[in-house]
Amino acid sequence: MRALIRVFRKEFLENLRDRRTLISALLFGPLFGPLLFGAMVSRMLNQSVSEADEPLKIQISGAEHAPNLMLYLESHGVQCESVQESEAAARDAVRRGAAAVVLIVAADYAERFSAARPAPLFLIADSSDSQTRKSAERLRALIAGYGSAIAQQRLEARGVDPLLGVPVAIQDIDATTPAGRAVVVLGFMTYFVLFAVLMGGLYLAIDSTAGERERGSLEALLSLPVARSALVGGKMLATSAYMSLSLAVNLGAFVCVLQFVPLERLGMSANFGARTALEFFAICVPFVPLGAALMMLVASFTRSYREAQTYLTSVLLVPTLPIAFASIYSLKTKSSLMLVPSLSQHLLMTSILKDEPIAPLDVAVSASSALLLAALLFALTARHWRRETMLG
Amino acid sequence: MIEAAGLSKRFGTIQAVREVSFRAANGEITGILGPNGAGKSTTLRMLYGVLTPDRGSARIDDLDIRGETSSARAHLGVLPHAAGLYGNLTGRENIEYFGALHGIEGGRLEARIAELARALGMHSFLERRAKGFSQGQRIKVALARALIHEPANLVLDEPTNGLDVMAIRNLRDILRDLKAQGRCILFSSHVMQEVAALCDRIVIIGHGSVLSEGSPEAIRAASGTASLEEAFLKVLGESEGLN
Repeated sequence: MRALIRVFRKEFLENLRDRRTLISALLFGPLFGPLLFGAMVSRMLNQSVSEADEPLKIQISGAEHAPNLMLYLESHGVQCESVQESEAAARDAVRRGAAAVVLIVAADYAERFSAARPAPLFLIADSSDSQTRKSAERLRALIAGYGSAIAQQRLEARGVDPLLGVPVAIQDIDATTPAGRAVVVLGFMTYFVLFAVLMGGLYLAIDSTAGERERGSLEALLSLPVARSALVGGKMLATSAYMSLSLAVNLGAFVCVLQFVPLERLGMSANFGARTALEFFAICVPFVPLGAALMMLVASFTRSYREAQTYLTSVLLVPTLPIAFASIYSLKTKSSLMLVPSLSQHLLMTSILKDEPIAPLDVAVSASSALLLAALLFALTARHWRRETMLG
Repeated sequence: MIEAAGLSKRFGTIQAVREVSFRAANGEITGILGPNGAGKSTTLRMLYGVLTPDRGSARIDDLDIRGETSSARAHLGVLPHAAGLYGNLTGRENIEYFGALHGIEGGRLEARIAELARALGMHSFLERRAKGFSQGQRIKVALARALIHEPANLVLDEPTNGLDVMAIRNLRDILRDLKAQGRCILFSSHVMQEVAALCDRIVIIGHGSVLSEGSPEAIRAASGTASLEEAFLKVLGESEGLN
């Protein structure tokens, strides 16, 4: 036990002096998530606000042929810019991005309109651009409204009940709740938290295994009268310590960043404050030794620093797998899912954000499954360290 | 005292070491001499227990390195072939770490480091980060690290590799001092002159087997040559013929 603590102290101190470790473990890793998340959510919210409130801006060619339609559009808040363009030119302008949506009123519009024949309009937009596609949809809906108003007038003028022209009435009811829309966003946030945990230990896990071998200090260390499990345990403890620090920095940064993001509009609990951060920390702490053990195990099998870096970068993605799986199959919080590390942390954190109640049993199961798996991986790592192939 | 008895080790299809037996006595410097790839490092690694022999055994002060690993290692200091240090730790911290892992701490550790700093001449760089050390400084710290628990036996794997003439000379003096203290010193080298200048006993290894063993004089006499160098070449040449 004394050897284990001595190994821990040395690894902790040595890496505290390594700028690369510090930057990656305590700066880049933990801050990356909150900053990206803050920017992403702010942008998403701004977008949905602008869609409803911003006036629709379009270009119209041949407006003089349809003065009534123009009045109708303008009275519905559409800003029309009159241009004279052929269809080909308009198509080109849209493609280049010079214009978002172009409406072309055909030259025979007035004539056909008076004759009560379908009057041709061309709506040109780029459907691959989500922004202009929405504008085009709004415009189409407006024009359809104008069309049905005209149709009713015509029927009435001919003494026909206009309702005859409306055989069915369909009404869209959007069942999306703000919380439901937020699920994807929440997945990102919880992943960023788990990512910060792993990033915190990445360099330490490499440095204390593959790094030790590459540096040539491993053989001297292995020839000491110290149990290999004490060596592995100390290194894993140091890795866990860095991971916990990274987690703390990460949650602190989330608290700061989310002060400026109106979370309640995504259906999350509005106050991501110190209390929530502490709850997150408590939920993620059991994941820390698991992450450390996993990284140590993988790094122990690699032959060089570079190889370890390659493999461990993929390990960073491991916690996304259960989360991605859960969102694809839209799994709801269930006690059996608490057995799956990373997924259980994700579900618990999501519940906290949504202000849902949490069963203490779920927390206990989540923590103990992570810790049990960590113990298993630790045993595997220690066994590998007892093998002579460890020397490389 | 270090004893190897019938050590054999195979890596895949290559028989790296076969039936190697010898004994290195206290108060003597024993040199393992052999060309590159002869099995010197593999033999030493089995002696300090990081490799498990397929057959045979190794004993340190009559303690079996397999069965009584911890106590055998407490009697043994090791300077492996790759004697890397922790670059972000100072020379002192590097030594302290190994001392603490041997269970030496506090005032005893400090006194021991002061003693080694004097004996090895480390004062000028002891408090500096190991990152910028020269090869000679690195070997000195690695040697101090191996000697921190005052082991009765010391194993060094090609310690003079990469050292300049002055540093080699310095190391020889250090090893002679250790020998004078009654310690058992076993070191490997592929440089004949180095072994001849220092050793009381020589074990010549080629193709994983002991080819010749004895004092420099005895080896020279047995091969019937005028110099030790010729003896070395003759012994190796014979083994080439055998293979």
